[in-house]
Amino acid sequence: MSDTVIDVRGLTKRFGDRTVVDHFDLQVPRGAIYGFLGPNGSGKTTTIRMVCGLLKPESGDGEVLGFDVLRESLKIKERVGYMTQRFSLYEDLSIRENLEFISRLYGLDRRAERVDASLADLGLIERQGQLAGKLSGGWKQRLALAACMIHEPELLLLDEPTAGVDPKARRDFWDAIRRYSAQGVTTLVSTHYMDEAVQCDSIAYIAYGKKLIDSPTADIPKQIGLYGWRVAGRPLMRAQELLEQSPGVELVARFGAEIHACGKGPAALERAVRAVKAAEPHVEIAPIEAGFEEIFIYLMSGAMDNFQ
Amino acid sequence: MTTAPRASPFSALFDLSWARVFAVFLKELVQMRRDRPTFAIMIMMPVMQLVLFGYAINTDPRHLPAVVEMREDGPMTRAFLASLTQSTYVDIVAVTHRAEDGEAMIRAGQATFLISIPEGFERRLVRGERPQILIAADASDPVAAGGALAAVQQVAAQAFAPEFQGSLAFLAPAPPPYEIVVHRRYNPAGVTSFNIVPALLGVILTMTMVMITSIALTRETERGTMENLLATPVRPAEVMIGKTTPYVFVGAIQVAIVLIVATLLFQIPFTGSFLAFLIAVTLFILANLMLGYLISTVARTQMQAMQMTFFIFLPSILLSGFMFPFRAMPAWAQVIGEALPITHFLRIVREIVLKGAGLPDVIGDLWPLTVILLVLATLALLRFRRTLD
Ligand SMILES: Nc1ncnc2c1ncn2[C@@H]1O[C@H](COP(=O)(O)OP(=O)(O)O)[C@@H](O)[C@H]1O
Ligand SMILES: [Mg+2]
Repeated sequence: MSDTVIDVRGLTKRFGDRTVVDHFDLQVPRGAIYGFLGPNGSGKTTTIRMVCGLLKPESGDGEVLGFDVLRESLKIKERVGYMTQRFSLYEDLSIRENLEFISRLYGLDRRAERVDASLADLGLIERQGQLAGKLSGGWKQRLALAACMIHEPELLLLDEPTAGVDPKARRDFWDAIRRYSAQGVTTLVSTHYMDEAVQCDSIAYIAYGKKLIDSPTADIPKQIGLYGWRVAGRPLMRAQELLEQSPGVELVARFGAEIHACGKGPAALERAVRAVKAAEPHVEIAPIEAGFEEIFIYLMSGAMDNFQ
Repeated sequence: MTTAPRASPFSALFDLSWARVFAVFLKELVQMRRDRPTFAIMIMMPVMQLVLFGYAINTDPRHLPAVVEMREDGPMTRAFLASLTQSTYVDIVAVTHRAEDGEAMIRAGQATFLISIPEGFERRLVRGERPQILIAADASDPVAAGGALAAVQQVAAQAFAPEFQGSLAFLAPAPPPYEIVVHRRYNPAGVTSFNIVPALLGVILTMTMVMITSIALTRETERGTMENLLATPVRPAEVMIGKTTPYVFVGAIQVAIVLIVATLLFQIPFTGSFLAFLIAVTLFILANLMLGYLISTVARTQMQAMQMTFFIFLPSILLSGFMFPFRAMPAWAQVIGEALPITHFLRIVREIVLKGAGLPDVIGDLWPLTVILLVLATLALLRFRRTLD
C-alpha cells in the first residue's frame, strides 16, 4: 500500500451555481498530522466530506488509503474515523449505547471489551448509562472522538474537533491525537486555533474553496515572508488609526496592550512605523517576528479582499 | 493500489450484514422506547379511534334534530308527536304542514331527518291498511344517520303502543300496523356497523405505520445524525430493514388491540381463516412501512414528511372503499384505489372477518398487496441517498 494516505486531485464541488471547493489537491503521508485551516465557509467541511465519500465531487479523483475515492467509498468508510463538526451521535442513546451501536456497524469482534476499554480511556465508566445529549460540550467532543476511534481507523478526519472546548480539554485532545499519530494513524484536522495549528506537521490553508498554502508548518512564516513591528504605549488608539492609514502596513492586529503591525515589504513597514513614532513620541516600537496568529489573520483578511 | 469490483445496483440487496441490520434495529427500538409520547400515541390511537367510531355506531344517538311534517291532525298523530317530544332521542325543531319546509331544513342541515305522516294516516291505520310513515334521513354522515334511523323507528314503535289498547289492541302485535319507509339521502349505500370496525383497522394501521416511518430518515437528517450514519459502512438495505422492523411489532400490538376491542365491545364476528388474516395483516403492515420509508427518502424535513403522509392518507380514506363503495367510483379513482395497500387489505379483511373467507378466497387481493410491497421497497432502496448531496 502506498504511503500517501490521502491523495486527491482536482476535487471540485458546486452547490447550485456556487463553486464551494475549487480544484482541490491534497497529499497526506502516512502518520502525519495535517492541519486544515481557513475562514468559516471556505469549504473545509465540504472537502472532508468528499474525502470520506459523503459528498460526490463534480470533478476530480484520487485515492484514500489506496481506494478510489469515487467508487470505493464503502471500503474507505470501514477504515476511516470521521468526527463531524456538529455533534452527530444519538442524544437519546446513552454513552454506552452509542459506542455499542457504532461498534456493531463496523462489525467489531470483542465488542463489550472494546467499549469498556474506550469508556475507561474516556474516564466515563461511571457515567456510561447517561444519555449522550446530557453531556457538556467538551464531553460530547470526547465521546465523538472515542466513537470514531473505536474501530481503530487508519485515517482520522476531524472537523473542528475542539471548537468551543475549554483549554484543558483541548490539550488532552491533542495529546490523544499525537499518541495515535505515533501509532501510525494519519490525521487531517480542521481548526481555527493557532496554538493547535502549530502542532500540526503540515498545514493546508483554504479560502473560498481555493487552496492558498500547503506546506510543512515550520516553512510557512518564511514562505509568507511577513514582517512585524510591535507598537505599545499611549495613545494606542491614535497609533492604531495612524497605522491603519499608512501604506506599507498590511495588517494591524491588537494583542492585549500592544499592536502588531505587519507587512510584506520590510522597508515600507519600517518607514510607516517610524512615522507613527514621530507623530506620537510616547509610543514604543520594536521589530518582532510575525507569528502564526498574524500570518493567518493576514491571510484571512486577504481572502476577504479577494472574494467579497 | 487495489481494485475492487464495481458495485452493481443490486449489490445493496445481497451484500447484507445481519449484524448491522440488528445494530440499526436495536438502536431504533431503544429510541422508540425512550420516545414515550410517540409510543403512547401509537398504542392509544387504535383504542381512541375505536371508541370514537364505536360510540357513534353502538350507542343510542340522542337529541337528534328532527322536523316533523304533519299532514293530519288527529289524536293518534298528536300522541305520536308527544311521544317523540318526550323521548330524548329526538329534539323536534319544527312541526310543519308543508312538504317543502321539511326538505329545506334537511338541506340546510337544521335537521338530521324528516318524519312525514301522510294524510289519512289514522283512518288507514284503524282499517289495518298499514299506512306509511316516511323518514328521510340526511345520510351524508352515514354513521349518524344510521343511528338516527334506528332511534326513530324505535320511537315510532313505542309511540303508538299506548294507543293500541282496548278496542284497538288487535293492532298492537308485530308486525306493526304501519310501515316505515326510509329514504337515505346523499349516501344511498349506507355503511353497516360491522363494516366499520374491520375497516378501521386498515385506517389505523395506515395512519400510524406511514406516519412513523415517514420521519425515519428525515429525523436523522434534521438532527445531524445522518452524517455519522452515512460515514459508517452501513448499507441502505440494512438501514431500511433495521429501521422499519421495530414498527412491525407496534403494528402487531395495534392489531391485537383492535381485535380485542372489536370482539369485546362490538361483538364483531370473526369467522374466516386466522392464518389468512395474519398473512394479510403482515403484508399490509410491511407495505405501509415501506410507503412511509419511501416518503422519508424523498422528504427533506419532518414537516414535508407529514404533508406527504397526509397526501397518502386522504386517498386511502376516500378511494379505498372505506368511504364510498369501490365499484361505484369513477374508473380513474378505481385505478388509484387499486394501487393503495389499504384497498386490498379492506377487501381481504371484510371477506375474512365478515364473510368467513379462507386463504384461497383472498389470494386475488394478497398478490397485489405483495407486488405493492415489493415495488415500494425497491423504490425506497433506489431513492436512498448514500451521500449528503
Ligand atoms: N449542502 C449544502 N448546500 C448548499 N451550500 C452548502 C452546503 N454545504 C455547505 N454549503 C456552503 O458551502 C460553503 C462551504 O461550507 P463548508 O464546507 O461548511 O465550510 P467550512 O467548513 O470551511 O466552514 C459555505 O458557504 C456553505 O454555506
Ligand atoms: Mg466546517
